[in-house]
Amino acid sequence: MNHHDSDSCHEILQQVNAYIDGELDPGLCTLLETHMASCSNCTIVYNTLKKTIELCQQDGQKTTLPPDIRKRLYASLNLNEDGSQDE
Amino acid sequence: MENELTSQEADLTALKANDRFAFAKLVDAHSEPIYRLALKMLGSEQDAEDVLQESFIKAFKNIHAFEGRSKLSTWLYRIAVNESLMLLRKHKADIVELDAMLETDEGELMPKQIVDWCCLPEKELMSSETRRVINEGLKTLSDSSRAAFLLRDMEGLSTKEAAEVLDISESALKVRLMRARLALREYLTHYFSGKLPERLL
Repeated sequence: MNHHDSDSCHEILQQVNAYIDGELDPGLCTLLETHMASCSNCTIVYNTLKKTIELCQQDGQKTTLPPDIRKRLYASLNLNEDGSQDE
Repeated sequence: MENELTSQEADLTALKANDRFAFAKLVDAHSEPIYRLALKMLGSEQDAEDVLQESFIKAFKNIHAFEGRSKLSTWLYRIAVNESLMLLRKHKADIVELDAMLETDEGELMPKQIVDWCCLPEKELMSSETRRVINEGLKTLSDSSRAAFLLRDMEGLSTKEAAEVLDISESALKVRLMRARLALREYLTHYFSGKLPERLL
């Protein structure tokens, strides 16, 4: 399905990122919310965009520094984890 | 922020005095986010490890030149992003950047697929398979959009901080971020559409 049907959808979607980040003017927020209440396509784009960000954040939280890489990092810096220096 | 900068001043004085405890503290606090950023930028553990080591070596070498006008973390991110971009330029392959494909003829960014996949069960939304798809999706972004997305959405930097790391204006950062988010949404939409019952498509 293509989403180029309505001018107002077009305008709304240019603002949706700022809305997600809480950086949109209050007046424009109301406009966007009013539009989304009656436009299922824009609501889907908003919900899936927000969910995309959430899923990527969850993936990021699960990405940790492997202990062997951490160990080699300290070795490459000639550093012990307690701050003392290797001879 | 004020407290953070005050505590940073103390750390910086110690770092500039070559205090090994201060260096260890810096590595301890920032190695994981720097590694994550490099891994997501480069898509390879080996390359991410190289960037991680090189970033801290450079940071230690250049700590005397750091004036403390930005946060130490911002400065470290900048070093790591530059190291990653340098490595990417070396390995550059011919890939089609998905974020560029979302632009209309007028240069505006528009979503293409309208499918509501938020209704899928949470365990299907965040599976190891989804994580693989997210990482594949990240690789389809242009380097500049990917960096903006990782700093802003994965590392949680503010628009101002992320723009500072990339040395671009806040408005340029917002455009790159929007490209990345929309492109990843398209990528995930394509993937999750295959998991939805037909009646919902």
